[in-house]
Formats: sequence, structure tokens, C-alpha cells
Amino acid sequence: MAVSEDIAIRLRALGHAFAGRPALHALDADIRRGIITGLVGPDGAGKTTLLRLMAGLLKPDSGSVQVEGLDPVTAGDALRLQLGYMPQKFGLYEDLTVLENLTLYADLRGVTGAAREESFQRLLAFTDLARFTERLAGKLSGGMKQKLGLACTLLGSPRILLLDEPCVGVDPISRRELWRMVSSLADGGMAVLWSTSYLDEAELCGEVLLMHEGRLQYSGSPQALMDSMQGRSLLLQGIAGNRRQVLRRALRCTEVIDGALQGHAVRLVLRTASELPDLTSLDAGPHASLQTVKPRLEDAFIDLLGGGPGGDSPLAEHMPPARLPDGVDADAVIVAEQLTRRFGDFVATDHVDFRIRRGEIFGLLGPNGAGKSTTFKMMCGLLPVSSGQARVMGLDLKKSASQARQQIGYMAQKFALYSNLSVAQNLEFFSGIYGLSGTRQRAAVADMVRVFGLQPYLAMNAGELPLGFKQRLALACALMHQPPLLFLDEPTSGVDPVSRREFWSHINSLVDKGVTVMVTTHFMDEAEYCDRIGLVYRGRMIASGTPDELKAMAADADLPDPGMEDAFIALVQRDDQLREAT
Amino acid sequence: MSISLRRLAALCRKESYQIVRDPSSILIAFVLPVLLLFIYGYGINLDANRVRLGIVQQDGGVEASRFVQTLQASPFIAASLSTSESAMRQQLQMGEVRGVVILRSDFSARVRQGQGAAAIQLLTDGAEPNTANFVASYVQGVFQLWLNQRQGGQPAAATLTVQPRYWFNPTTVSRNYLVPGSISVIMTIIGALLTSLVVAREWERGTMEALLSTPVTRAELLLSKIIPYYLLGMAAMAMCVLVATLVMGVPLRGSLWVLFVVTSLFLGSALGLGLLLSTTTRNQFIAAQFALTAAFLPAIMLSGFVFEIRSMPLAVQAVTYLIPARYFVSALQTLFQAGEIWPVLLINLLFLLLSAAFWLGLTAWRTPRRLDGN
Repeated sequence: MAVSEDIAIRLRALGHAFAGRPALHALDADIRRGIITGLVGPDGAGKTTLLRLMAGLLKPDSGSVQVEGLDPVTAGDALRLQLGYMPQKFGLYEDLTVLENLTLYADLRGVTGAAREESFQRLLAFTDLARFTERLAGKLSGGMKQKLGLACTLLGSPRILLLDEPCVGVDPISRRELWRMVSSLADGGMAVLWSTSYLDEAELCGEVLLMHEGRLQYSGSPQALMDSMQGRSLLLQGIAGNRRQVLRRALRCTEVIDGALQGHAVRLVLRTASELPDLTSLDAGPHASLQTVKPRLEDAFIDLLGGGPGGDSPLAEHMPPARLPDGVDADAVIVAEQLTRRFGDFVATDHVDFRIRRGEIFGLLGPNGAGKSTTFKMMCGLLPVSSGQARVMGLDLKKSASQARQQIGYMAQKFALYSNLSVAQNLEFFSGIYGLSGTRQRAAVADMVRVFGLQPYLAMNAGELPLGFKQRLALACALMHQPPLLFLDEPTSGVDPVSRREFWSHINSLVDKGVTVMVTTHFMDEAEYCDRIGLVYRGRMIASGTPDELKAMAADADLPDPGMEDAFIALVQRDDQLREAT
Repeated sequence: MSISLRRLAALCRKESYQIVRDPSSILIAFVLPVLLLFIYGYGINLDANRVRLGIVQQDGGVEASRFVQTLQASPFIAASLSTSESAMRQQLQMGEVRGVVILRSDFSARVRQGQGAAAIQLLTDGAEPNTANFVASYVQGVFQLWLNQRQGGQPAAATLTVQPRYWFNPTTVSRNYLVPGSISVIMTIIGALLTSLVVAREWERGTMEALLSTPVTRAELLLSKIIPYYLLGMAAMAMCVLVATLVMGVPLRGSLWVLFVVTSLFLGSALGLGLLLSTTTRNQFIAAQFALTAAFLPAIMLSGFVFEIRSMPLAVQAVTYLIPARYFVSALQTLFQAGEIWPVLLINLLFLLLSAAFWLGLTAWRTPRRLDGN
């Protein structure tokens, strides 16, 4: 049959468990040649386990994998040359140059002689790395590392390519380049499996395997899935008043299963296309209008998971309004003035200015290595300022860093919890270091356990929690001392969309209580929640404004209605051109 | 297990680049050994030459003065004189002298009256028992000598003389056996500590996962780690031998090829242990901790290099048979100081061979071809 020749990888009732804990449940799927198949799901969905099973690096506990008709474990030697696998932290030797890395993998994959010369030339041209052959791999940017990784994986012309989250730590521009390269490989007949936790990336795939908690939620064309949502995605525009409250009201409507902010508008997903929510009950002002928009894969994913969480946050109901001490200007709760940080000759943050108002969400958006984290750390008093000023609540971080930190709730990228302490011990510890004790401490811990539903997990070690609950716990730990300021460092990367919605519903309600939020992100979705965004690139703030303003700045004849990512790329490229010109 | 020379060479080349470009491995392989050799060669000295001794002379008589002169004349004693007992006691407390001899005001009288029993008081610093013993026996020896001389010249002369002769190390310079011993510590550091890091590093950086998805075989993986570090170890050994013999003047009486065989076998077990730790823990920090406790400390404490094995408790002595450094130290000391004493060397070579086979075999068995074990 012609159809079966088309299939490169076959999974039948495939299951795997780690130490008795199931990671994959009876998966059935076929992966075809000539397209990019997206392996899509949040962290912990089982993507890496599945790829390792296909690469023969793990042995399945039940069911079977067949790659090119072979078992990857028993027929490993025969398969290894046909299969290119690029692990998440790709195995580049950072102390070897680009060429040395390529040579090593060429030798290992048996690419020698004239064939080697030919493939090196082809791959170096393909990845645009020809200028950097003598550079140490460790000195390449994130995007270039991934391209080199890809080049090493492609040596020996494999027929199947497995890529584990190739776009993590890669800026949007390199991300698009990498995508174009891999697409051209798929067009040439290669079977490509591309794993990602970004649903917008997955929309571009020929087919997707949508995973959640080790189960396959959907397999097939993403377009078909999005088409099935036709008419159920709406945009509420022309909102007067507080759009966060409008979102909350919308989420209370039974017709609405999911909603998120999108700049000044609110994006909603309906239970059925025929039943619209009552506009008057949303109380969005006289000019508000609902308009049908193109569904996204994320809408469909959330629908498959049974809809998003409600918009009401039990957390915010419990928190008292954040008050400012006397004498603090409500328009300048967090201030950076000519903020600069040097590491030797390298200027990581270069004369950055911003002021954040009370009750505002301000986002620092930028590619990896742009200086977001450096700026962020100076604002928390974790890193001394080289020159300029950083102030929170009127306190200069140079002089009173610890006093300032007491005002801040801080939640870091990888949820800085003690993974070998139980949930209860983590709560107790973090409340303790923020100076709570006795009945106040017990009350604060009890409140957090209640509002975040942590009761069943109290005795479990934080490291064993599901990702969504880890995030809840991290937020709880940051909030027990009821800080008026909240600093979030890439708070929801890798988290499933439902947990992400829930997280932002908490943040939105906190903001309405007067809490001021500063967030760093490279996630376009998170950027949409911000009131204002500062775009950081090469240490400088190259643009700032509301999400809609940034999009407007980037709009041109080719792209009249750019998304956040388009805006980001356009503004960064414009800055590059400006730099080259001067 | 098949081996492709092309792949093996590529992996060895990669490993060598990494060694050369990592300043810490050069530091461990070439700078640290020289440092250790000098510390053990010059810094630590088990010979007690010229003990600092305080003398409190409260008796101005002729007998007392003569005894003091005899003490001062001894080549093993650096004496300082005082009349104040409390001042000397203080010096002893401060560690400025190792012992104090006190001659009371009735010294001469008591020597003349009796047999000289309890005529002098000797205070030594018991906090350092080794030195205290030296001081005590030196002073007793001098006192005996003086008593003999006083009772009429040289009574025992000509009847019997003792002429000690120290075999293998005629000048009894402790450096001559400490330096070969310290080479075993250095080889342990290079063999076990350095290699304990290398496989774990590949796991931590994710390069192992990439390697395992290529056609590399288990034997190639293992050999690509062993060969470069074996060569590095041998280079460091050559340097140690050169420094020890040419710079420090330690004699080497055995032949170089036996030294080569002994070192190769020892490196086999050290490399095997290091790689095993690295492979099973997959974590650089833990592997290094284990290597320190399992290889480095026993090489110092249980190898007989500093501490005599025969004076250890029996249970501890039994443990030393499991430490490859024990056989290496014994073989090295024999080769450097005595030459080829085959009965000693053969038994050590046999145990080194067994140990190398054991550790390398275990490592080969534990080296995975998949992420979840074998």
C-alpha cells in the first residue's frame, strides 16, 4: 500500500514508566515522511521520553516502536545511521571549535573523504556558519549553537530527524531561520519530529501529536483541529474601562470556556459557535464589539483539556489592597534611571530608563542574552548597579537593598523551591525568611494552602509536584508577606496553557488590588498581558509602549496587522539596520 | 564489541583537545605534581635533626657545668641556657623549645652522693609524642654518656663498639622514601580524580546523549577515555621521576621499564575507579567527592606511604590489602631505594594487575549503551 510506505515511525500501545511512575500511556501514532510533525505539549507531557524511545536510548515498558520497520533497541546499530537525534541540550563540545565538532560527528557517523568535504560545505552554507568554523562552540549564540547542533545531526544524511525542543533559548529571529531549514529538509522527503511547548510554533507543522500528562490528546493536522474551532474564537474590541475586569466578567459567562488579554482587546473562546455571551453583561462600554477571529491551536488545546479556569482568583480575594507608604509617587513605584551594568568591557545593561506606575504590569521583553535578567537582578538588589539608579518604593537599591527586597515578592524562572523539602516546609521556610513568625506565619501559610488548593500535597516533596502545582507553590512562597511589588522572571515558560491562564488570572486580580508587577519574558503570549513593554536588545531598551503601540510601530504595507512576535522581529531588525548605518 | 579505529581516533582526538584546552586539567596533571613533590620532599621531614632544648641551670657547680657542656656538644641538640625555670616553662608552652632539662641547685651534691638517680628533671612537650620521644632518648643518652665519662674516662671503649649501617637509604634521608610514596598520591589524583570528572561532565552537558545516538560502541567510548588519560598520567609520571631524581636527588635504583609496567598497572586501576564513579553517578560533584574518599585519602593514609602499615590495628591492616596504592607505594619504594627485588615486586605487580582488571572490568560492565542502563 502506498500509504504505509509513507510512514517512517509507528507507535503501537507504547507505554513507559520511570520508577513506577507512568510517563507515557498506551500511545498509538504514525509519523509520516515529507512533513514536520510537531510533538506538542507542556513540560512533563512525555515529549522527551517519547523521542528517546524512538532513538533507542530507552527501552519501552510496553507496546512497540518501529522506526523504518525496525526496533530501535534491538536493531540500534542498523538504525543509528538513518536516524538523526538532537537532544534538548544538544551535545556540542563547547571547548571544541565549530569545525572540530563537525569533524568529530563526521567521524562518528562514518562520513569520510570526498563525501565529508561535500557535506561540510553543504551544511555550513545551509546553516550560515561558514564564517565561524574556527570559533569555539561555547562562544556561539543560542541560535547558532542550535544550527551547529542541527548540522552535526544531519551528517550522514539521516532519513529521520528527531529534534527535542530545538527552539528553547533561541531568539525569535533564529527560530524562524531554523524552522525554514528544517522545512526544506522535510520537503526533501525526510521525516521530521519537532518537539515544542509553544503552540504557535506547532500551528505551522504538517501534523501534530498533542500531548498532555503522558497521553495523546490529538493527532493529525493542526489546521483541521483549528478548523473545528471555527466561529468559536472571538475578539472583544473597543473596551472602555478596565479590560482585566471585563475579562473576569467574560470568564464568568457559561458560554465562554477560555479567555485571555490581547493588548487592549480580550480574546475569548466559546463553548459552541452558536451561543454568544451577552455583551451588556460584560459591561465593556458603549463601543465594545465582538468579532470572530481565526482560531488558534491553543484554543483547540484548551478545549481538548476541558476549557480554561475561571477568571476569579481566590488569591486576590484574600489579599488586602496594596498600599503605598506616604511620600511614594504612585506614578513611579519602580524606577530605573540611566541604569547601567558593566562586566569588564561588556555592557550588559546600557543606560536603561523606565518608570512603572502602581497597579501596572510592565514587561521586559527580549531575546536571550539581551540584558533582561541583568536589569531585572539590579532592580531586585541582587546585582550591584555600575552607574545610574534603581529605585523601588522610593528606596535606592544601592543604599537600602534589603529594605527594598522586603517590599518585593520574587518568583524566578525555574521556581527556586527546595525540591527536597515538602510543600509545607517550603511554605514555612519562605514565610520565615520574609520575617513572618508565630500566629501570623501560621495564618499566612494556611491562607496560601487554601487559596492554591495545596492541602493534598502538603507532605509531598516540592520536586515531585506536577509542574502546574510547582508554579502555584512558587507564587504562594513569593506572596506570603503580601508584598506591594511582584517581580516575575519568565514565570510560565513550559507550563501548560490552562495553568498559564490560571497564573495570569491571579496576577490580573493582584494588579487590580494595586500590586505592581514587573515581568521578564521571551514568551509573546505573556507579553500580551502587560500594560507596557520595554523591548530590550543588546543591553539597550530599543522601544517601549503598550503591546498595541509596539505592534503599530512595526506595522507596514507588507504586514498591516502584525502579531507580537512579528513586531518584536521587525523592531529588532530595524535596530540592527540603524546600528549598521551609524 | 567491535571497534572502529576511525571513531576511536576521533573520540581520542576530541578528548585530547578538551584536556589541552582545559587549564584545570593541565594544572592537575603538571603543576600540582611538582607542588606535591616539593611539599613531601622538603616540607615534610620525619628526621629529627637538632632538637631545640632548653636548659635551666640552677647549680653553678663544676659537675653541672660539665653536664651542660656535654649537652651542648651533642650534634642532635640545639641548647639554649637560662637560670629561670618559669621563663623556660613558658618557652616550652610557646613551642619554642621541645624540651627542658632542669638542673636543681643540689645537682652536684646529689650526683656525688648517690648514683645520680633523679638528679635531672626533663620536661617534654607531650602534645607531639614523636618529638617528645626523641627528646627523651637524646637527653637520656647524653646523660648516660656523661655519667660514663665522669666515672673514669672511657670505660667501655675498645671492648665493644656499635657501628650502625642503614641499608637501602644509608643517610636515612626520609625524602628518599617520601618522594616515591608521594608519586603514588599524584598518580591517584590524575588517574582517579581527573577521570571521575570526564564522563560525568558528558552526562551533565548532554553530550553523552548525543554520542549514544551515533554508531559509537561501548568499547570505543571506554577506550576513548582511558587512552588519553593514560598518556596524560604517564607524562606526569615521567615528569615526576625527572624532578625527583634530577632536582631532588632521590636515587632510582630499579630499571625504567619495570617502573613503566608498575605505573601502567596502577593507572589501570586508578582510571578504572575514576571512570566507574563518573559513569555510575553521572554527576561531577558527587563523582569527585567519591574519588577523594575512595582513592585519594586511602592513597595517603592506608598505602604505607606516610604511616607504617604494620603499626596499624589489624582490622585497618586488612583493609589496606584492598587499596591498590598500597602495592604501588611498596613497588615504588623498592624500585627507587633498593632496585629490582623480585620477590617484593612480583607480589605487588600481581595485585596491581588483579586490581586493574577488576576496576576496568567493572567499568566496562557498567558503561551504558542506553540511558536506562545497559
